[in-house]
Amino acid sequence: MIYQNAAEMAKALASKEISSVELTQAHLDRIDSVDSDVKAFLHVDKEGALAQAAAVDADRAAGKNLSAIAGVPLALKDVLAQRGVPTTAGSKILQGWKPPYDSTVVSKLKDSGVVILGKTNMDEFAMGSSTENSGYGPTFNPWDLTRTPGGSSGGSAAAVSSFEAPLAIGSDTGGSIRQPAALTGIVGVRPTYGAVSRYGLIAYSSSLDQAGPFGRTVLDTALLHEVIAGHDVKDATSINAKMPDVVSAAKNGDVKGLKIGVIKQLQGEGYQAGVLSRFNESLDTLASLGAEIVEVDCPSFDYALAAYYLIAPSECSSNLARFDAMRYGLRTGDSDGASAEAVMAATRDAGFGREVKRRIILGTYALSSGYYDAYYGSAQKIRTLIIQDYAKAFGLADVLVSPTAPTTAYKIGEKVDDPMAMYLGDVATIPVNLAGICGMSLPAGLADEDNLPVGFQIMAPAMQDQRLYQVGAALEAALTSKWGGALITKAPALAGGAR
Amino acid sequence: MSSLSRDDVAKLAGLARIEMTEAELVELASQFGVILDAVARVQEVNLEGVKATSHPQPIENITRPDVVLPSLSPADALSGAPAQEEQRFRVPQILGEE
Repeated sequence: MIYQNAAEMAKALASKEISSVELTQAHLDRIDSVDSDVKAFLHVDKEGALAQAAAVDADRAAGKNLSAIAGVPLALKDVLAQRGVPTTAGSKILQGWKPPYDSTVVSKLKDSGVVILGKTNMDEFAMGSSTENSGYGPTFNPWDLTRTPGGSSGGSAAAVSSFEAPLAIGSDTGGSIRQPAALTGIVGVRPTYGAVSRYGLIAYSSSLDQAGPFGRTVLDTALLHEVIAGHDVKDATSINAKMPDVVSAAKNGDVKGLKIGVIKQLQGEGYQAGVLSRFNESLDTLASLGAEIVEVDCPSFDYALAAYYLIAPSECSSNLARFDAMRYGLRTGDSDGASAEAVMAATRDAGFGREVKRRIILGTYALSSGYYDAYYGSAQKIRTLIIQDYAKAFGLADVLVSPTAPTTAYKIGEKVDDPMAMYLGDVATIPVNLAGICGMSLPAGLADEDNLPVGFQIMAPAMQDQRLYQVGAALEAALTSKWGGALITKAPALAGGAR
Repeated sequence: MSSLSRDDVAKLAGLARIEMTEAELVELASQFGVILDAVARVQEVNLEGVKATSHPQPIENITRPDVVLPSLSPADALSGAPAQEEQRFRVPQILGEE
């Protein structure tokens, strides 16, 4: 039953063919058998998950009104606070910390009866694109255990693609949901900035961070999206408006008469041949379904990566100042007579990993007097130009598309000592974050040269998230029928399980 | 080619309150040239007259009614404290010796 989609599991739960306790136990067993290879989870909350499942089963037996995915298990990125459950954001500085409160995403999941199996691995504080920057070791790509699952939400993506969970939550600051979804052959959505509350999402770059859903199908992803989206008074940047109906859109995939814009700047040089051929095939498929394909020009996207690697480190250097060894988290060097400042500096040295230190230092530099205008100031203006490019492009097309990532999954260790090579993997996903709009990655097939998954990215204007699902569902249906089954069914078997 | 020296990195690390080993300072300094060259590309664009965007939403201050809502108990608030005393966070000395 773990190989079903979340929508199918929900149906079986609603008709009482299975109980949530059975379904949850099946996933816990799967985790037991394969996670020693995949290492998607930092913490598995067996007792908590089974208790949540039992509560949903009791509610169902009592005839209570339940959400569409009540009783379905989920994997939660460790960047979201969950009361009483270890929450580390992949960092040693938070090892052992148990939040005294729930993030709004977690509250919404609990209110909807979604069963939280545990916390998934990630690049430390979501800084990275391969999950290798975790303070607790890397996660491995279920398609090829010698490769990374992408990142920073690599644990969540690997959990879903290895059938350890049908659904997962990630967060996306520069592509951290879409890129790992692409590299593991599943669906991931970064919702419009402000659609999902950031309350209790450990901050990396506040003007870019957004939590979002992973699933193995477009509909599953929509079902989870619907549960977590909505206004929250605890997040001042949360949008106070009716959220788009993503579930209806996912059930009514259709591109007839839609204009689909191909972004000139997000293809060609630097993109792997197999990625481009799957991307072009998907375009042909969309055209055959009745969409009109147009090319759009977004010249400032050439500078998006540079702007991102100034804005995000700048914001992180400020956000991570809260890890000061005073109120929670690690404290080292607190010997007699040591000053608060010395304790703080020693703790931050011991607790932060290399990439986090690199970005804090880069941000501190970009914000320092004398350099502020040239770096951070210029980056903010590039951000304006990117927003203007999008506005123009969305005047010509209903959605915009590109490959999600320039390459398929790379080997563990391949780029870890070359930060710039790693950063280049985010080139196609970053513009969405800078503009605050929404984006989806869905499977486009396997690259010929390495038989690894390729992602197709769809972008839509702010608060038009339903367009992602409408187009994604149409493309998914056509590709799945062409392949004779979902792409994920072609993933190799893991040693511990049947598939 | 942009660059930062080992001493520049040491100064920045001090500002960011991160104690770093000599090896870390040297490694970071060696990596910064490539990274700074890449991000300095933002200066290649003519940005005259372009407004800065600090945030994707055009929002000003958001206020809420001044109503008391439930909040953390003292025990919860202190639950992650590295050290505590008399229902307070105990911190290392902030001022120097008298």
